[in-house]
Amino acid sequence: MSAFWSAWVTVLTLGVIFGCLWLLLATRKGEPHKGLTEETVGHSFDGIEELDNPMPKWWLQMFIVTVVFGLVYLLLYPGLGNFKGLLGWTSAGQWEEEMAYAEQHYAPVFQRFAELSVEELQDNPEGLQVGQRLFANNCSVCHGVGGVGFHGFPNLSNNDWLWGGSEDAIKHSIYHGRNGAMPAWADVLGEDGIRDMTHYVLALSNREHDAESAERAQPQYASLCAACHMPDGTGMYALGAPDLTNDIWLYGGSFEQIAHTLRHGRFGVMPAFSSLLSEDQIHLVTAYVMSLNND
Amino acid sequence: MIKHETIEKNAGLMAVLIIIVISAGGLAEIVPLFFKDSTTQPIENMRTYTALELEGRDIYIREGCHVCHTQMIRPFRAETERYGHFSTANEHVWEHPFLWGSKRTGPDLARVGGRYSDDWQRAHLYNPRDVVPTSKMPSYPWLFDNVLTGDQTARKMEVLRTLGVPYTDEQIATAQEDVRGRTEVDAVVAYLQALGRTHTNYDVR
Repeated sequence: MSAFWSAWVTVLTLGVIFGCLWLLLATRKGEPHKGLTEETVGHSFDGIEELDNPMPKWWLQMFIVTVVFGLVYLLLYPGLGNFKGLLGWTSAGQWEEEMAYAEQHYAPVFQRFAELSVEELQDNPEGLQVGQRLFANNCSVCHGVGGVGFHGFPNLSNNDWLWGGSEDAIKHSIYHGRNGAMPAWADVLGEDGIRDMTHYVLALSNREHDAESAERAQPQYASLCAACHMPDGTGMYALGAPDLTNDIWLYGGSFEQIAHTLRHGRFGVMPAFSSLLSEDQIHLVTAYVMSLNND
Repeated sequence: MIKHETIEKNAGLMAVLIIIVISAGGLAEIVPLFFKDSTTQPIENMRTYTALELEGRDIYIREGCHVCHTQMIRPFRAETERYGHFSTANEHVWEHPFLWGSKRTGPDLARVGGRYSDDWQRAHLYNPRDVVPTSKMPSYPWLFDNVLTGDQTARKMEVLRTLGVPYTDEQIATAQEDVRGRTEVDAVVAYLQALGRTHTNYDVR
């Protein structure tokens, strides 16, 4: 704040306080009478008159106390322009203190868990509970309570992974997020091609299908789909291409749902959490996610 | 010395004196903020909302989202742990009007951008209970049917430019085609994904 505005604030603030004080004292009548006066302020409305007693002492003193309180406050805390106050308080400073206090108290707790591997944490109920809480706060809105997933949001408890279920793969997913990219094939395959390919995908997971139709799609599967989903349909972690043989479906496994995916593509996004969760917190969430797949 | 009676019997004089007294607070607390760098200069490298995000913002206002959601993270650990770095004045200098809100029935949205995928935001706007079973947020299915024309978008950007938002001639020229034909939900999701993502100064945890 420039010197002018600093002076502006200071003069206005102190001016108002001392102005009020002056008004109070200047208009004050003498010491209160021993008894109440019969004297009126002089006007009469419809025969109603107002007695002219001085203000009660306790009221006057309360007012002066508030003035003193205000001046002490302005001395200790920032309120008068650029004057920082004797305590040097700032809201950001208070926040930093809070953060430092929490760091001092919770860092050792997380430190204790950070020293354990995710495998060791599987036998540590306390660590898993912390991981569960973090998961509930940050992950469950998409992945569901207990990681059971939702249409379009992967189930994390069925031992089937899009991007891999190793410690490193899960941590990478949480830190950096993931961007799935299943292209749309409507223009390439045409409506007949989509139908045939849907039968081929149904065949991969040994479900009821039209064998002749699936047969027709074989060459195109090999040239278009196998690069990501692999020739045998078991998928690829590196590209987040799902396994098509295990009858687990992120976007539904009905004929129509599979055809829709083929036609329009799918672009699932896992947001990055590196700015929201610390390394130690991500370690615990990873352990918790792995614990969902133990049985 | 003005007598009590003079003031009490002259409504006009009393009004003037009252205005002088009650304006003292505003003059000391509000007016200097119009002249401070920290409240008038944008945070480093901040970008403006795109045409689509701007339309989304207007729909956000129309639907009253700001009645239940704040965009103001206060400097308390309980808030910064959940929502990210606390909000600062220089992030809001291009907001006309600002959408800080005053009541949190739902969570703060100041940095909700990138926290959920577009798919999640769409599912959640269509019916929040599909993804958050205990949610009491209303459903907004009409956003999926209403299509934007973009007729007013360029005009809105011009008005914002007169208020100091640095929209370029190019942005204004392409505003309508950027918006036309998109659904309202596209615009709202684009806006939500931009919240807290128009600069990167607070990205490091």
